[in-house]
Amino acid sequence: MNEPRRLEEFAVAAEAETLIEFRDVGVILGGQPILQGIDLNIRRGEFVCVIGPSGCGKTTALRLLAGLLRPSSGTVLYRGEALSGPRQNIAVVFQDYARALLPWRTAAGNVALALESLGVPAAERGDRARELLAKVGLAAHARRYPAEMSGGMQQRVQIARCLAQNPDVLLMDEPFGALDAMTRQSLQDEVLGIVAATGATVFFVTHDLEEAVYLGDRVIGLRPHPGRIGIEETVPLPRPRDQLTTREDPAFLRLRRALFDFTKSAKA
Amino acid sequence: MSGRRERGGGAAAKAVIVPAALLMLAELAMRLTGFKSDSVAPPSEILVAAFQALHDGSIARATGETLLSAFGGLAIGGLVGLIVGIVLGSVAILDRLFDFSIETIRPIPPIALMPIALMVFGFGARLEIAVVAFAAVWPVLILTRAAIAGIEPQLLEVARALRLGFGARVFKIVVPAILPRLFVALRLATGVAVIVAVTVEITVNPVGLGYAIMIAGQSLRPDLMLALLIWIGLVGWGLNFALQATERSLFGFAMPRARP
Repeated sequence: MNEPRRLEEFAVAAEAETLIEFRDVGVILGGQPILQGIDLNIRRGEFVCVIGPSGCGKTTALRLLAGLLRPSSGTVLYRGEALSGPRQNIAVVFQDYARALLPWRTAAGNVALALESLGVPAAERGDRARELLAKVGLAAHARRYPAEMSGGMQQRVQIARCLAQNPDVLLMDEPFGALDAMTRQSLQDEVLGIVAATGATVFFVTHDLEEAVYLGDRVIGLRPHPGRIGIEETVPLPRPRDQLTTREDPAFLRLRRALFDFTKSAKA
Repeated sequence: MSGRRERGGGAAAKAVIVPAALLMLAELAMRLTGFKSDSVAPPSEILVAAFQALHDGSIARATGETLLSAFGGLAIGGLVGLIVGIVLGSVAILDRLFDFSIETIRPIPPIALMPIALMVFGFGARLEIAVVAFAAVWPVLILTRAAIAGIEPQLLEVARALRLGFGARVFKIVVPAILPRLFVALRLATGVAVIVAVTVEITVNPVGLGYAIMIAGQSLRPDLMLALLIWIGLVGWGLNFALQATERSLFGFAMPRARP
């Protein structure tokens, strides 16, 4: 399952192609500087995790990439072009799954919403939606309504809806923050599997330092008031990652410590 | 709220026991004491009067007149309430500008408008429709405004992220999101419309069920008066029942089903 990912990594390492670029980006909302002087390059196929105390602008950075927000200064480039709005190949998994799904549509119906926006003919939508739900392990629950599903299942529906867009970039805003530890771990591994299979570039916002190290190729730490990059760590851990061995790796522990010290200093 | 174990027949039978016993008691008491009154009649006479009025078509005609005015007013008032509610719910500045005016006009009892409405429209259906419309505007306006303002912002964000067009956003997100509350508004407004229509008929307009009750009372026919009273209750109950059934079949998703 993780084979394509490794090949992808070699390819990426060879060309080191920049997919996303923040150029001196600043955001001011309601007179408050939220982000300031953000310079960041993200390579194609890279898994970037963003951490930082609340109010540091993590979600704002993600909204910039989603095209839901324009920078007040600087530019956000995608494939060398300034992002001007939401794009089909950039998909967002929102933090609050319960409010990001249409409660009047079934799991399949919610996935179909993305297919409808892409102009997939009605006759194909049902099968496509079920296929996508199967990818996140919800094949048997296609006809359930969000209110009938657990938090983990609802978040899986959201992920399936994103996959419908066949995205090159997956933006995830603290997607597992509200889930219990077991569900979170299995979803982490599912996301790694999906990313390995599709070669998608991921921008993953989290407040869980271990999650950031476990998932990422690189971890960016933001400092608040205004949000700016305070730390940047490359994760040298091999893939595929494993919930037990990866988390016991000395490099994992060292990184976790470094990020922990950073967030402590960032909060102060 | 009846217990879970005694559904259907059992619960229905229990609900009927008390009123049936009371009616029987009233009948017996009146028969035995030879009680006569201008305002009360024994249940059996009420029943007879009801059958007569149903048979000679007078109830049907009066009901038609009342419902015509109620629905006419509901349609006009509901539409106005819907449009104004949508506008005020979507444009915050207009909402603030109009809030004071709305909150001062809204408490005016519809019946207090009767003298003005009578001067403008004269007697007849138009008078009644106008007053009903005034009364029906408010529940629809207030609930529509709240429903629009209460649409989950995250859903609109999802719509943007999925690049849904304006039409898709309206019909796939906004309309389904507000529909359940609009239906509640419709149910409330329907109840108000019937109440106001009957009130207008009792006070001013010589048509419909309200007028029929007045006449029955004034011509010392307590049996017919009470039969009409019960009939009005049944009409209101029937309307509400029909709307609630529609609501349940349309918006069943809102209630999570029992999980296996």
